[in-house]
Amino acid sequence: MKKISTLDDLKKTGDKGLKSLFPSSVKIVVGMATSGIASGAGEVYEALIAEIKKRKLPYVLTKTGSMGMDFIEPLVDVIEKNKPRLSYGKMTADKVPQLIDQIVKGTIDKIKPIYRVDEEDIIAKREKKQYLKGAVPEYLREIPAMYDIPFYEKQVKIATRNCGIIDPENIEEYIARGGYLAAQKALTSLSPAAIVDDVIKSGLKGRGGGGFPTGVKWQSCVAAKGDIKYVICNGDEGDPGAYMDRSVMEGDPHSVIEGMIIGAYAIGAQEGYIYVRNEYPLAVANLTKAISDARSCGLLGKNIFGTNFNFDIKIGKGAGAFVCGESTALMASLEGKAGEPRAKYVHTVEHGLWDRPTNLNNVETWANVPVILARSGKWFSEIGVPHSTGTKVFSLVGKINNIGLVEVPMGIPLKDIIYDIGGGIPGGKKFKAVQTGGPSGGCIPAKMIDLSVDFDALWEAGSMMGSGGMIVMDEKTCMVDLARYFIEFLAAESCGKCTPCREGVRRMNDILHDICDGRGKVGDVEMLESMAKGIADGSLCALGGSAPNPVLSTIKYFREEYDAHINHKHCPAGVCRALIRYEIAAKKCTGCGVCAKKCPSECISGEKKKAHKINQKKCIKCGICMESCKFNAITVE
Amino acid sequence: MVNFIIDGKKISAAKGTMVLEAARANGIDIPTLCAHEAVSRSGACRLCVVEAKKGKRAKIVTSCLYPVEEGIIIETKNERVLNVRRLVLQLLLARCPESDVIRDLAAQLGVAPQPRFAADKDKSKCILCRSCVRVCEEIVGVSAIGFSCRGADKAVSTPFNEDSAVCIGCGACAFICPTGHIEMETTEETRKIWGRTFKMKACDVCGRYFAPEDQLKYISKKTGVPLKELAVCTNCR
Amino acid sequence: MKKATTTEAKTKEIVKKHGRDKSGLIAILQDIQEEYNYLPKEALSVVGEQLEVPISRIYEVATFYNTFSLNPRGRYLVEVCAGTACHVQGAFNLKDRLQRDLEIECGQTTKDNMFTLEEVRCLGCCSLAPVVRIGGNIHPYLTQNEIPGILRNYRKQG
Repeated sequence: MKKISTLDDLKKTGDKGLKSLFPSSVKIVVGMATSGIASGAGEVYEALIAEIKKRKLPYVLTKTGSMGMDFIEPLVDVIEKNKPRLSYGKMTADKVPQLIDQIVKGTIDKIKPIYRVDEEDIIAKREKKQYLKGAVPEYLREIPAMYDIPFYEKQVKIATRNCGIIDPENIEEYIARGGYLAAQKALTSLSPAAIVDDVIKSGLKGRGGGGFPTGVKWQSCVAAKGDIKYVICNGDEGDPGAYMDRSVMEGDPHSVIEGMIIGAYAIGAQEGYIYVRNEYPLAVANLTKAISDARSCGLLGKNIFGTNFNFDIKIGKGAGAFVCGESTALMASLEGKAGEPRAKYVHTVEHGLWDRPTNLNNVETWANVPVILARSGKWFSEIGVPHSTGTKVFSLVGKINNIGLVEVPMGIPLKDIIYDIGGGIPGGKKFKAVQTGGPSGGCIPAKMIDLSVDFDALWEAGSMMGSGGMIVMDEKTCMVDLARYFIEFLAAESCGKCTPCREGVRRMNDILHDICDGRGKVGDVEMLESMAKGIADGSLCALGGSAPNPVLSTIKYFREEYDAHINHKHCPAGVCRALIRYEIAAKKCTGCGVCAKKCPSECISGEKKKAHKINQKKCIKCGICMESCKFNAITVE
Repeated sequence: MVNFIIDGKKISAAKGTMVLEAARANGIDIPTLCAHEAVSRSGACRLCVVEAKKGKRAKIVTSCLYPVEEGIIIETKNERVLNVRRLVLQLLLARCPESDVIRDLAAQLGVAPQPRFAADKDKSKCILCRSCVRVCEEIVGVSAIGFSCRGADKAVSTPFNEDSAVCIGCGACAFICPTGHIEMETTEETRKIWGRTFKMKACDVCGRYFAPEDQLKYISKKTGVPLKELAVCTNCR
Repeated sequence: MKKATTTEAKTKEIVKKHGRDKSGLIAILQDIQEEYNYLPKEALSVVGEQLEVPISRIYEVATFYNTFSLNPRGRYLVEVCAGTACHVQGAFNLKDRLQRDLEIECGQTTKDNMFTLEEVRCLGCCSLAPVVRIGGNIHPYLTQNEIPGILRNYRKQG
């Protein structure tokens, strides 16, 4: 690969990237992030290769990351010269010949695109670049523009600016969209102090959960004594239901690398580590390729951009331990040890990895840095609300129509996320609550739907921003079961070092199991609250310190559900097995006998073509009868 | 010197002193389980917690690891602190119902077993204070024992729960164990610990069995003192 | 005895690839597991010798992290996603069904060594919830009714 050491080199490489982003021939791009592949993007990609080959078409086929619209994946984009970029959702291998037909004929009669993109907003360069020349062709007028569809309308993409657009394996495309310009500017014309100052001005706070001001952290690490310093990217995204960081690492690995180069230069570090979950093989592969490419171009290594600054990055793979998202545990893991946290009375910016000054930030935080430097801290600080500036990526999952990744300005009302972007609750069910902050966070009930989504407001509501998981729940979600779910998760993930977390969380888990299993006792809720305080105060690290949050917040907002479980042995949502019964509605049952055949405990009986009955004594409440019934005759009581 | 306050008392101590030591030097008692002078500290048991107030912020810290700071206000017995200590003891009582040490300590602090916690049967008297693992690593230098698993399953053991090839039978782990969890059986000629039986060496002078042969071999190898010179017990040396 | 020497040689090769660096312990164990599908005891001893790390510390690391297994795993790893999105969509019913059909508990391997059942922390395919990953393949929107057929297919593939 050609060395890049000047602004002119960057421009030349970027020009090549522009040619592949805005090609002169037909280009088909398949969303091949983990979510896309799981939805079948691999088969679509193979089918496209075969079809293009069969028809001997001069089309270019590439891969990209995730645009965030997981609910309509696999996503295929078609780019033709001077025409809008078109996105097709829910693609299958079967639809590929039709799609190719359409491109050849210049129609959209068989498969309709979901949206069109007339121009790209290249945020790091503050410029727009056109796909479309002239007016929108007649046959595409009915297709909405991307930012006119509700899912995107209120989104602002900074951290995920390139995801789903560029080929993550192509450094030229990253550069074409303003990549490495900020690093070039920082290294060649800014002092470390000026960079730290601008990051402080931006108001950027850690996106991994803590919400500590990034610039202030950098400043402490600058001030720390030591010749050897490290920067770390925390990619150990462990919150269940959260995959923002994976999307960035898979879809735009260079944004993380560039952020780290800038941070390392500002702090005076020469070595960096990216610690990635082992469950993210594609992220590891794309990061590895990106690091290797950056090295070949001279963007990592010695004398970057012709300066005397040297910096390189290594990847460390996690091995399945949630606690390694905690900074000191992560560092222990990087040193080849069990991931046990240590007391942070001496900060890691002074004594971190191998006891040396270390600055650790999360993936999304690092990905924001190049844009801040490119556009200025002031520009960033004007997005969002005071004290919570910029944007935040959320993974919007659970009982919601539009499941996916969304990036929104801080301070957006919760209802905009749930109803406008998320498209509301499926099946006409009622919105009950949203859980944010993962196992360390809490629930926000439906009555607080107008809440501003920012660090302070979420904290005051008894939850937290966390890393960005947003799990939506409807009336069929049991809040006691949810609290039990998180506590069980944390009991299993506790490292076991300190007493309150190791012993306390599992005792809370026992009590919650009792409540869900109909063995709850009067006074259990008070007991949980009192234990929660001791565990939060007494635990060594943030895992234990925040472990009681899901319990406390569900007690705060859904106390009546706890009481129903304990006092009336009743699960209002119909989830907790020991407290529910499956019943067959005689009126709806046709006596087809499917449920009886599927029932693993043979507890359903009845004559053919007559209403069947469930023997409650033998029923194991697996729910397969309800799943199998085509006539909705089976209900949960 | 650093000036600060513990339980209303003005105290000064050298920079780097831990709150625990500063308190004890001034007659203020803080209970501990896992802090042992022979080994490095980990802050694992959380019994020695105190509240540290700096400006408006008051946080719970472990006194065994928290270095004194100018102007800091420490409270060792307020309700918030006692709430943590009580919980820790209740949890340890449920984990190690057979441990006299825990029972006595709980009684001293007026903590009764919590009936809502079912007593464990499989943890014996181990509170996972880590002293044994640290003494084996830091003082003896063989690391024959270590931790396994995590969370509630965490335990101290030899690798694979099999006889350790590197254990020298010195018994330092059993000696440092605050609850008497580690069993060591020494008869005249043998010592049994961690499932392995060690042959004891008889003193060349008085004939008394005084140390495991493996331990003497290890010391000889480590210090370069010939094994012969180590074959005499301390009384006869 | 012949197999033992190959485990030793293979392990040494892996350790060498990571520069015999103590901090590379986790990566080394990952490579060994990749090779053998679990961590053979003999390999761990070799790693200890090569890195000059006490075997007790290696055992600690090998048992601390979820990824590692000290017992041989089945041909197909069946991973039930325990992410929040899957949980609220009833993944626990899938787990129970798999336990019943495979006649094993979570963490165990079937007698014919075909399947090892495990629970995995969020696979991040929340839009496809509930999901189960079998031998690396994601099975989206899985229902209990589909399970017998899917297992049969894997058994057929051998």
